Amino acid sequence: MTTALGESDKEKTRSVSVDLNNDTALIIDIPDALCERDKVKFTVHTKTTLSSFQKPDFSVPRQHEDFIWLHDTLVETEEYAGLIIPPAPPKPDFESPREKMHKLGEGEATMTKEEYTKMKQELEAEYLAVFKKTVQVHEVFLQRLSSHPILSKDRNFHIFLEYDQDLTVRRKNAKEMFGGFFKNMVKTADEVIISGIKEVDDFFEQEKTFLLDYYSKIKDSTIKAEKMTRSHKNVADDYIHISATLSSISADDSTAIKKHFEKLADLFEKLRKVEGRVASDQELKLTELLRYYMRDIQAAKDLLYRRARALADYENSNKALDKARLKSRDIPQAEEQQQLCLQKFDKLSESGKRELTSFKGRRVVAFRKNLIEMAELEIKHAKNNVALLQGCIDLMKTH
Amino acid sequence: MATSSERTSPPPFPDSEDQDLAECEGVGDRVSDEDGDGEDLFLSASGPTMSDMDPALPTTITNAPSEVLFEPPLDLMSSPILEPETKPAAAAVVEAVVETVAEPVAELVEEPLDEFDDLVDLSTDVPSVQATAAAAESPLAEAEAETPSEEACEEFVDLSGSDSDSSSQEETLLEVPADSAAASSDPQDASAALPPGDVATGSAADEQQPGAALLEVDIGQASANGGKQPLSEDLFFDPLANLADAGPPPPPADVKQPAPPQQQQQLPLDLFEDDPNDLFGESRHAKSAKQQQPPQPSSLFGEVDEDIFGEPLGAPAAKRAGNMASREQRETTVGTKTSGLGGGAGGGFGDVGGPLNNNYEKEPADIFSEEAVTIAPTAAKAAAAAASSSRTNGVHGAAEEGDIFAEATVELSLDSPRADRKKNTTAAKPSTSATSLSSAATDLSKTHSASLEELEEEEQEDNFDVNISVTNPEKIGDGMNAYMAYKVSTQTTLAMFRTKTFTVRRRFSDFLGLYEKLTEKHAPNGFIVPPPPEKSIMGMTKVKVGKEDSSSGEFVERRRAALERYLQRVVCHPSLLQDPNVREFLEKEELPRAVGTQALSGAGFLKMLNKATDAVSKMTIKMNESDVWFEEKLQEVEAADQQFRKLHGMVESLVVHRKELSLNTACFSKSVAMLGSSEDNTALSRALSQLAEVEDKMEQLHQEQASCDSFSFAELIADYIRLLGSVRGSFDHRMKAWQRWQEAQTMLQKKRESEAKLLWANKPDKLQQAKDDIAEWEAKVTQYEGDFDRVSSTVRKEVVRFEKEKVKNFKRQIIKYLEAQLKAQQQLIKYWDAFLPEAKAIA
Repeated sequence: MTTALGESDKEKTRSVSVDLNNDTALIIDIPDALCERDKVKFTVHTKTTLSSFQKPDFSVPRQHEDFIWLHDTLVETEEYAGLIIPPAPPKPDFESPREKMHKLGEGEATMTKEEYTKMKQELEAEYLAVFKKTVQVHEVFLQRLSSHPILSKDRNFHIFLEYDQDLTVRRKNAKEMFGGFFKNMVKTADEVIISGIKEVDDFFEQEKTFLLDYYSKIKDSTIKAEKMTRSHKNVADDYIHISATLSSISADDSTAIKKHFEKLADLFEKLRKVEGRVASDQELKLTELLRYYMRDIQAAKDLLYRRARALADYENSNKALDKARLKSRDIPQAEEQQQLCLQKFDKLSESGKRELTSFKGRRVVAFRKNLIEMAELEIKHAKNNVALLQGCIDLMKTH
Repeated sequence: MATSSERTSPPPFPDSEDQDLAECEGVGDRVSDEDGDGEDLFLSASGPTMSDMDPALPTTITNAPSEVLFEPPLDLMSSPILEPETKPAAAAVVEAVVETVAEPVAELVEEPLDEFDDLVDLSTDVPSVQATAAAAESPLAEAEAETPSEEACEEFVDLSGSDSDSSSQEETLLEVPADSAAASSDPQDASAALPPGDVATGSAADEQQPGAALLEVDIGQASANGGKQPLSEDLFFDPLANLADAGPPPPPADVKQPAPPQQQQQLPLDLFEDDPNDLFGESRHAKSAKQQQPPQPSSLFGEVDEDIFGEPLGAPAAKRAGNMASREQRETTVGTKTSGLGGGAGGGFGDVGGPLNNNYEKEPADIFSEEAVTIAPTAAKAAAAAASSSRTNGVHGAAEEGDIFAEATVELSLDSPRADRKKNTTAAKPSTSATSLSSAATDLSKTHSASLEELEEEEQEDNFDVNISVTNPEKIGDGMNAYMAYKVSTQTTLAMFRTKTFTVRRRFSDFLGLYEKLTEKHAPNGFIVPPPPEKSIMGMTKVKVGKEDSSSGEFVERRRAALERYLQRVVCHPSLLQDPNVREFLEKEELPRAVGTQALSGAGFLKMLNKATDAVSKMTIKMNESDVWFEEKLQEVEAADQQFRKLHGMVESLVVHRKELSLNTACFSKSVAMLGSSEDNTALSRALSQLAEVEDKMEQLHQEQASCDSFSFAELIADYIRLLGSVRGSFDHRMKAWQRWQEAQTMLQKKRESEAKLLWANKPDKLQQAKDDIAEWEAKVTQYEGDFDRVSSTVRKEVVRFEKEKVKNFKRQIIKYLEAQLKAQQQLIKYWDAFLPEAKAIA
C-alpha cells in the first residue's frame, strides 16, 4: 500500500487514481490513440524484462473491443474466479460533446463571433478531456492487470500485449449478445437464489452486506457528483456568454461606464476559466474516483457472487453426496465432486479474502489521495478567484 | 407678406390675461419711474432692486409660480430664432414678436391650470417680479444677466449667451467712469434686446406677461410709428451715443470699433453691419440726451421697436435675412459660425472674439454641461491673451456663469425652497458689494460661480438627504383580492417635508399610480421618469394563493427591493422630487386608490391600444433628424437595450444554473454523507462526512451567489432595461413634439394657400377669417416649435443625467456584486482549508 504514496509524477496526473504497484518487470502505457469516427485505436506500448515476451519493448494497436474481449476472457477463466477482475473500461463516449457541438452550431446565429469561438474552444477542450479520460481508463485497466501477481501472467493478456496484428476479435453477434443478456438474467436470478444460502464465514458475510450497501451508495454519489460537476460546467459556460455580452455592451457604450464593462467582461472571462477548471478538477478528482470504485465494487461483488456460487455448488454437492450415500449409489463420484467443490470454494474464499482486503486498502488510499488533491485544487482555484475579484474591485474603485 | 395683419391682429387674449397685461404695462411704467430715479440706484446699489425682488420670493408658494412662469418665455425666445428663416426679414421679426405675445398666453393658460388653482398668486407675483425685470433692464447688466438667465437659461442657451455677452461688453466699458458705464450698459441691453427673443432677456424672461405687454406696446408703437422714424431713431441712437461717450478714456474710435462687431456677434439675429456705423456717426451728435433716456422703458422699447422696423429702411433686408439664416445655421454648425463671426470680429478684437466664442461654444456646452466648464474657461483664456485682465475676468465670469447657470437652472428652479433662497442671497450679495461696477462684475461672476458650485454640491447632498426604504412587505386580505402592502419610510432633512422621518403604508398599485401620474405630467416634456417594476400576474398569484415557498418569498423580496430603488430614483431626480404627487405619496397618510393600473382593466386596455397606435405611428413616421446627437443617442440606447436584454437573459440563466448547482450540491452532500456512514474505514468515513459538510456549506454558498446574481446583477440590468425604455419614451415624446410642429407647419402652409386663393378670388369677407387662421396657426407653429426645442433640450439633459447616474449606479452595484462574490470565494477557501487536514488524516 505504501508504494502508492511514492508514485511517480505521471501517476499523479492520472485521472483515475488507482493504487498500482509499480512492477518494473512489466510496464504498460498507451502513449497514443487515434479517433476514427466511432472507433478509437489505442496504441498499447509495453516495456518488459520478462523472458516470456519475445522483445523487451513493443507497441500494438488495439481497439476498445479488444479490451472487452480480454476482460471477458479473464472473467470466464475458472482459475481467476477468486480474484477481483479489474473492471472493463467503459465504452468511449463522445456523444455528449458531439451533441453539444451540434447544438452550438445551431445556435451560432445568436452569438457573437467571439462568443462562438470561445464556446467552440470550450467544447473542443471538453472533447479532448473526454478522449484523454478514455485513454486513461483503458491504460489503467491494463496497468491493473500488469500489477496483479496472477493476472499479469495470463496468456491472453500476453497475447493482447504482444500480437502485433489486429486481434480482430470477433464482434459479438446478436445471438451472443442475447446470450450475454440472458446470462446476466440468470446470474441475477441466481444471486437471489443463492442469497438464501447461509453464509459460513463472518468475513464474507460482512463484506457482502458492506459491498451491497456501499455499491448502492457510491452509485448514487457518482450520479450526484456527475450532476454537480455538469451544472458547475454550465455556470462556467454562462460566464462566457456574460463576458461576451458585456464586451459588446462596452463596445457600444460611450459613457464612462465603458471601461468598467470592459473590466467586468475581462473578469468574467478569467473567472470562467477558473470555474471551468474547478468543474473539471471536481470531475477528475471526485466523480471519476467514485465512478471507478463503483465499477471496482461491482467487480468485487462479482467475486462474491462467484464464491457464493461455489458455496452453493458445494452445498449441492454435499446434498448430492448425502443422497448418494442414502441410495448407496455413485458415492465415490459424489465424494469426489464434493471434495472438488469444497476445494474450489476454499480456494475462492482464501483468494477472495486476500483480494477484498487489498481492495479495501487500495480504496482508502485512493480516496485519501484524491480528496487531498481536490481540496488543494479547490483552495488554489478559490484563491485565484479571490485575486481576480480583488484586482477588479480595486481597479473599479480607483477609477 | 401679411405683415399688416400680423401687426394689427395679435391673437386674442383671454380676459384675465388682458388684465394682467394691463397691469404689466402699469408695471412697466413703474419700472420706468424706478429707473428714472434709480439711475444712481443702479450705480451704487442694486440692493434695493434686489430687496424688491425678495418679497417676491419669500415663500415657496409664491416662488413656485414664478418658476413655472419662467419656463414659457424660454419658448418665447427660442422660437423666433428659428422661425424667421422662412419669412421675409422684416415681417419675420414682427411675426415673431406677435407670436411671442401669443405664445405666453397659451402657455400661461396651460401652465397655471396644471400647477395652480388660482391666478391670484400669479398676478400678485407679477409686479414684484417685474421689479426684478426693472432691475434687469437697468444698467446693472450683471444683475440682469443673472436673474433672467437663471430662469431662462434652462431652455434658452442663446439668452445666456447674449446676456453674458452684454455683461462682458459691459466689462469692457467698466473701465470708464461708473455713471457713463451704467448708461452705456443700457444700450447694450437695448441692443441685446433687439430681437424679440432678447427682449425677453430683459423682462419677459422673468415674467412673460410684462414681456408680452411690452412687446405689444412696441408693436403698437411700431405700427403707429410707421413714418415717425426720425424720432424713434433718435431714441435709439441715444444709448449708442452713450456707448460712444462711455469710452472717453480710450480713444473714441477704439470704442466705436469694438462696439459694432460686438453687437454684430452678440446679436446675430440682427447683425446691423451697416447700421452701427451709421448710428455711431449720428450718435456723436446725439450725445446730449443720453443719461435720461435709458431709464425710460418705453423709449427703450421704442428703440427696440425702432430697431426692428427702422433698420430695414436703412439696411438692405437681404443682408439681415442672410444673417438670420446664418443664425439659424448656428445651431448646427457651431464651429464654422464661430470662426466666421470671429473673423467678422476683426483681427484687432481678439477679446471680442473671445466672448463670442464662449457664447457659441456655450450652446453645446450647455448641454454637455461638464465639458462646458472646461471649454468656456479655455475660450476665456484665449480671450485673456488679447484683452486686459479685468476684461478677461468679465468674459470668463460671464461665460462660466452662463453655462453654470445653464446647467444649474434645472436644479435651481426645481430645487428646494432653500436653494431658491440661496439664489436670492447670491443675487443680492454681489449687488451689495457693487461699490464699483467693475469690481462688482468680476466679484459677481466669481461669487456666482462659486455659490453655484456650492449649490450644485448641496443639491447632490440633497439627493442623499432623502433616504427612502421600502420594508415590511405584508399580505393584506385573502384570496385573489389579496394585495401586498409595503412600509415606505422616508428620512430627510429637506425643508419641503413636514417632518424629518415619516412612514406610510403603500400597496403596489400605489407605486404604479405614482408612476402613471409622473409620466403623464413629465414624460411629454422629455423627462425620463424612472419606471417601477412591472406587474407580475404569475408572481402575485403565487403570493396570493399563499404558498409560503421560497420562490414567492423571493418574488416579494425582489419586488420590495425594486420598489425601493424605484422610489430612490424618483427622489434623486430633482424635478420629480418637486412634484406634489411624490410628496403626497411619501407623506400623506391615505392615498386615493390608484386606478387604471390593473394589467387588463379597461384603462389598461386603452393604454395598450394607445401603445399600439404609437408603435404604428412610430413605424410610419420617419423623422428626418436634424440633430445628429439625438440620432446617435437613440441608436446607442436601442443597441444598449438589446444588449442589456441579452445580458439579462444570460444572467438569468446563470442564476438558474447556479441554483441547479446548489441543488445538485445538496444532493451530493446528502449522498456523500450516506456513503460516509457506509464506509467501514473510520478515518475515511469521517472524512467523507466532513466532505458532506463542506458540500453542504458549498450549497449555501451557491445559493447565496445565485441570489446575489439575481438581486445585485440581474435586477440591476432589469432596472436598466426598464430605464432604457423610459429613455426611449422620452425620445418618442420628442418626436411627437416634432410631429406636432410639422403638422402645424403643414396646416399653416395650407392656410396660407387658401388665403392666397381668397386673395385671388377677391373675397375680402373671408379674407379676414383666413388671416386670423394664419395668425393662429403661426402662433401654434411657434409654440410647437418651442415645445419641440424645449423637449429636445430636456431630453438631452435628461439623457446626460441618466448616463451620469448610470455610470455611478453601475459602478456601485457592480462593486457590491463583486464584493459579494469575493466574500463567497473567501468562505470557500476557509471551508476547504478546514477540510484538508481531515483528508490528510485518512489512513
